[in-house]
Amino acid sequence: MLAFKLAYKNLIGAGLRTWLNVSVLSFAFVLIIFYNGMIDGWNRQGRNDTQAWEVANGQYWHPEYDKLDVYSIKDGHQSLSPLIHQRVSKGEIVPLLIQQATIYPQGHMQSILLKGIPANQQLLELPTSVLQLSDSGVSAIIGKRMAETTRLKVGDNVLIRWRDKNGTFDAREVTIAAVFSCDVPGADNGQIYIDFDVMQGMMGFENNATILVTADEAPIALDGWDFKDLDFLLAELDQMIESKKGGGIVLQGVLLLLIALLAIFDTQVLSIFRRQKEIGTYIALGLTRKQVVGIFTIEGGAHSILAAMVGAAYGIPFFLWLDTVGLSFGAADVGITIAETIYPYYSLGLILSTMLLVVMSATLVSYLPARKIARMNPTEALKGKIQ
Amino acid sequence: MNDMIIELNQLTKRFPVGSGFFTALTDINLEFGKGEFAGLVGPSGSGKTTLLNIIGSLDVPSDGSATVMGKSIASLNQKQAANLRNHNIGFIFQTYNLLPVYTVYENVEFALLLQNMSTNERRKAVMQALEWVGLTDKEKSKPSMLSGGECQRVAIARSMVKKPEIVLADEPTANLDSKNSHHILQTMQKLNEELGVTFIFSTHDEKVMQYLKRKISLADGKVVNDELVSMLQ
Repeated sequence: MLAFKLAYKNLIGAGLRTWLNVSVLSFAFVLIIFYNGMIDGWNRQGRNDTQAWEVANGQYWHPEYDKLDVYSIKDGHQSLSPLIHQRVSKGEIVPLLIQQATIYPQGHMQSILLKGIPANQQLLELPTSVLQLSDSGVSAIIGKRMAETTRLKVGDNVLIRWRDKNGTFDAREVTIAAVFSCDVPGADNGQIYIDFDVMQGMMGFENNATILVTADEAPIALDGWDFKDLDFLLAELDQMIESKKGGGIVLQGVLLLLIALLAIFDTQVLSIFRRQKEIGTYIALGLTRKQVVGIFTIEGGAHSILAAMVGAAYGIPFFLWLDTVGLSFGAADVGITIAETIYPYYSLGLILSTMLLVVMSATLVSYLPARKIARMNPTEALKGKIQ
Repeated sequence: MNDMIIELNQLTKRFPVGSGFFTALTDINLEFGKGEFAGLVGPSGSGKTTLLNIIGSLDVPSDGSATVMGKSIASLNQKQAANLRNHNIGFIFQTYNLLPVYTVYENVEFALLLQNMSTNERRKAVMQALEWVGLTDKEKSKPSMLSGGECQRVAIARSMVKKPEIVLADEPTANLDSKNSHHILQTMQKLNEELGVTFIFSTHDEKVMQYLKRKISLADGKVVNDELVSMLQ
């Protein structure tokens, strides 16, 4: 307690030098929390959106289906058991039949994934209800990215060609009934959704599905289906976010932290030479050298406590404001789930771990020069003669 | 004779200089009793400060022994030496060595912070010490706001607040004018007489010598004279 009291008094007594160090350190502190908060916010929104639009609480895949291998799609489907039908009717499972197809928008040819999904499903946010409105022809929905790349809009007709179960080409016009806006490229790019029953009829795969999306938070095993959990389905997003954490602004934050720590180190080295008489006096008054080292270490480390307080003074209002308005990234398509506006997420763990990082770093750089005190001759220190 | 609280036997102190040694003190044999008001006098480089530092457990003898309050200085570890300084020895320095960021009150209180005392006890002791040196009205001032004489009086209060057995004063008047020198010497003399504290000065100031009851002359690290002044007068 004595060391903390002395450290506080010495820090305040040092005036401008202390506040310069504290300002830089607090800025690093706020920047690190800001960046990690944004990344965590993106992560949470990205996961939530991907679940809402594409994967719900997990998917059952046909054993041969691999979404990264187009050759697996053709045969990656199987019939639905009565148990699955029962769960589909309860809304617990949404079956999707997936096949490759080709469309010819504006006279161009483009490969797509044709997905059949029940029009009455409510598990995913896809606006599938419009698929059942049409009396004549086939209605389809596409995402805004798909609409942009194909220049298709609501009401447009587009020709789809596919191979049926016998390998025979077939073709048909579909009408774009809705263009949905979602932040999940995996549910949008290169995809056209039509009604599940219509698709089965087109393909000749009666009662077949490629994947089953489940609403169950604790899904059970289904015979003949491989269950893919959220860790697997969101791995790509998680990896991208992890890689973002290692670069960019966080690097700048760490650099700023290093500059602040260097300033503290420099201040401590100077202090130890400039305050030799004070050190000698402490020892003459009855402090052990270890205690004096402790005072100087705590004094340096206390920069980080002050930095946290100063950072909190302007950081908390800034973070609260940012939490309200979010940070807009526009409609940029970066090939991964990202909302147009990201709302940061500041967890207690993030704040505590950042504080711990800053406090420990500041204490360490204060301790290193303070160790010299332990080797100082007090009689020389009292005279201020140590070079 | 008083009880001996400081005993120096064949004390020698050498400092390494280049590849050899410089001998600062040679075969010092001295004893100090409780309540003495003694001075180590001599020119610069005669070994006065070195001897005070050894008595104050800030340094150790190279040969011989120094025993303070029954404890051999050479055998004390850092913690024991710090404990001896904290409880039994007060220091007064030529340049006052007050801690600049603390107030007068806090500077004096500092010596008590390491002792297990309540805030009330500390306050009482600090105010008493400030009263001894006549600075109760300056308790909230910072050292930078005080004159040299006042700073040295704060240093005296700081050395006396823990009521030590020994006060070591290294050239306490060197930075003071004549009036302030006499003032602080009278203050120390009064404390010596009223509280029975042993004062040992290092000085070559004639003004200090007027107040000494015992004068030990050093030259080239050796005691050349040791006389009781009051007996001569």
